[in-house]
Amino acid sequence: MARTTPEIPNASMADIAFLLLTFFLVTTTIPNNRGLSIALPPPPEATPPEEVKIQERNMFKIQINSSDALLVEGEPREDIRNLKDEIKAFVLNNGRDPASSDNPEKAIVSFKTDRGTSHKRFIELLDIIQGAYYDIYAEQAGVTNEKFREAASDLTVPENKVIYNKGRMGIPLNISIADPTKAAN
Amino acid sequence: MAKFKKKNEVSQGIPTSSMPDVVFMLLFFFMVTTEMRKTTVEVKQIIPKATQLRKLLRKGLVANLYIGEPTKSDELGKEPKIQADDVFIDTKDIVRWVNAQRDNLDELERDQLTVALKVDVDAKRGIISDVESELRKANARKLLYSTLEDRDKKN
Repeated sequence: MARTTPEIPNASMADIAFLLLTFFLVTTTIPNNRGLSIALPPPPEATPPEEVKIQERNMFKIQINSSDALLVEGEPREDIRNLKDEIKAFVLNNGRDPASSDNPEKAIVSFKTDRGTSHKRFIELLDIIQGAYYDIYAEQAGVTNEKFREAASDLTVPENKVIYNKGRMGIPLNISIADPTKAAN
Repeated sequence: MAKFKKKNEVSQGIPTSSMPDVVFMLLFFFMVTTEMRKTTVEVKQIIPKATQLRKLLRKGLVANLYIGEPTKSDELGKEPKIQADDVFIDTKDIVRWVNAQRDNLDELERDQLTVALKVDVDAKRGIISDVESELRKANARKLLYSTLEDRDKKN
């Protein structure tokens, strides 16, 4: 018995697949769940108004005004390439330089902006400050900066927790983001 | 001329039999790596770049707030606005919004809610800090400034 093999025409398969592909390209987005993570301080009412005395030497002050100009430790600054190293030196000073911090636990990087500061500039500086801390942590934990951040993102894995705790030991992430000032104009 | 005629015998078509396979492969790639659009973002979104990125692993625990100049700036003005889900909200509505987001989560995970701020580069600190102080009031203190990876500056 002569039997013709049944065949599905597949010439249009590519067209169908392209159609589906275009549909998915249009209706979906590539998720971006990465960024600079910070923890906000507790609400103002919850904290008792206790007077905390912070010595001048334990503060590393970074200020930005409404026209995105930068003030580091009271001095105007244009070039920010060395800022990261300065912060690292400040945090790890351990009392060597009498003008710099006593120890990493007391060291605070104070970051103050204006209401008119652009978000771009804010992120640029926050990135540098966090980068300095992550570099310190990574070095203490004996891994690369990238590896440390990866470990810190997922603390459910025990090995990551070990790296994270080793890096963070004795060095809290003391970044204080103050309420922005109001520009005079 | 006869010399040259021979050349024409070589077939010049591009083989198309593997085209469906190639396209299907692309299709599966996009199906796996992307996710459906849930909200139509109606504010300008040029996300700043940074190097020290952290990744949020649990997508379900993230709530997005979009801040920027409205795309329909001729109707809504040029002042940056806050968009949550599909509507513009005021700073005073943020506490309520955070609580609504918390209600969607499992009871055990309510304190792990992370707010991702997707802020346009041109937005000012003023509006962002207003949002932050509302988030503090709502006790949603895990915050992420959404950024892209800056590949040029990487060290």
